[in-house]
Amino acid sequence: MRAFLPAYEMETPRDLAAALERMAGEPGGWRAFAGGTDLMVLLEAGKLPHKKYLNIWNLEELRGIAVTAEHVTLGALTTYAEVQRHEILAREFPLLCRAAAETGSAATQNRGTLGGNIANASPAADSPPALIVYEAEIEIVSAAGARCVPYASFHTGYKKMNLQAGELIRSIRLARPRSAALKQYFRKVGTRRAQAISKICFAAAGRVEAGRIADVRIALGSVAPTVLRAVRAEELLRGQRPVDAALLLAAQDALGAEIAPIDDMRSTGRYRRHVARNLLAEFLEVLAS
Amino acid sequence: MPAERARKIRVSCVVNGAAVTCETYPLARLLDVLREDLKLTGTKEGCGEGECGACAIEMDGALVNSCLVPALQAEGAKIRTIEGVACGGSLHAVQQAFITHGGAQCGVCTPGMILAAVNLLARHPRPDDAQIRDGLSGNLCRCTGYMKIFESVVAAVRAAETRA
Repeated sequence: MRAFLPAYEMETPRDLAAALERMAGEPGGWRAFAGGTDLMVLLEAGKLPHKKYLNIWNLEELRGIAVTAEHVTLGALTTYAEVQRHEILAREFPLLCRAAAETGSAATQNRGTLGGNIANASPAADSPPALIVYEAEIEIVSAAGARCVPYASFHTGYKKMNLQAGELIRSIRLARPRSAALKQYFRKVGTRRAQAISKICFAAAGRVEAGRIADVRIALGSVAPTVLRAVRAEELLRGQRPVDAALLLAAQDALGAEIAPIDDMRSTGRYRRHVARNLLAEFLEVLAS
Repeated sequence: MPAERARKIRVSCVVNGAAVTCETYPLARLLDVLREDLKLTGTKEGCGEGECGACAIEMDGALVNSCLVPALQAEGAKIRTIEGVACGGSLHAVQQAFITHGGAQCGVCTPGMILAAVNLLARHPRPDDAQIRDGLSGNLCRCTGYMKIFESVVAAVRAAETRA
């Protein structure tokens, strides 16, 4: 059933400080509304329980991509389209650009934001695996101040996250890669090539030095209640030679033990488990090449 | 009835070059405002959940699905719908190509397809085949007339090249 529109309020704060004050004045009362690509779908389905929103879409303090020698900092309202258009992101953070290009359609990419993708907390979101591989940090602001958290510890359970009432995601910070030898791999598996929701999403990066894996980071979406970093598989791989059949099998088993894919409308746990193993093998081929 | 009710708000924007103001609820879908308040029924509703692109319009030059835009966020925006694509009495090259090459069947996806194609050509005046496919990939056609639609856009690009 469609939503009863008069039950929903939305106001436009004049700046970030005003938004944070409004949220602090009534903890849990007001929630942020960015590009609407998730919330409007829930509204139309009559499944949007929260009723009061602050329109943050025009807040300049949450926009823009800033580049320094060490970091690239993306405002929470950076859209998928803006991610794809950015030259430095395209060169140094291709996993994020691929994820942005494979999230929804062009129309969705013009409205959907990175901050929204994170705060929506779907385990099937496509930018989080890339953000985990890049060891992103999230800057969170409230009327009381600001704090930074590693993105890997932000999601604490299915749709649960380290974000209190009155807090907003302000930006996402990525450390620029120091080595050009970093090999990066991204693959989203969906029902069709364009605008599918992931059955499984795999992002990884690694570096081989003197024939051995010196650095390896692997993250997956849609295989657990939250987006997951495959720490056990990484541990097994670190320091080893990338081409080794026994190592591959051991790493695939380790990965299989740390993911917990389910059967749902989009796929089965068994299929997801099988594909996760195959994608790990494909990543190791890329790493060895 | 819930005790607390949002009041209607006034939203002012420019639609197809004309300044308009309407009174609506903050979370009313821009799609409904266009169709029901402004009588611009060229924009269609397909899925109502951002999957099909039938309700695609341009907002400040960007292609968006109007079913996912709350009215409040249209404040101050420059909006173009299918009614604003033809210039005076002459059709846009994409519209003409859809007619010539059979790009429209039942017509429900057509306004969104044309807006997506027009927006693509504004960004990439000489798109290759892959760019055209990508530019149309957010629009579903349930008549499955995809090849004719694709060929129509290719023809519109060629027509523009011939004129240049």
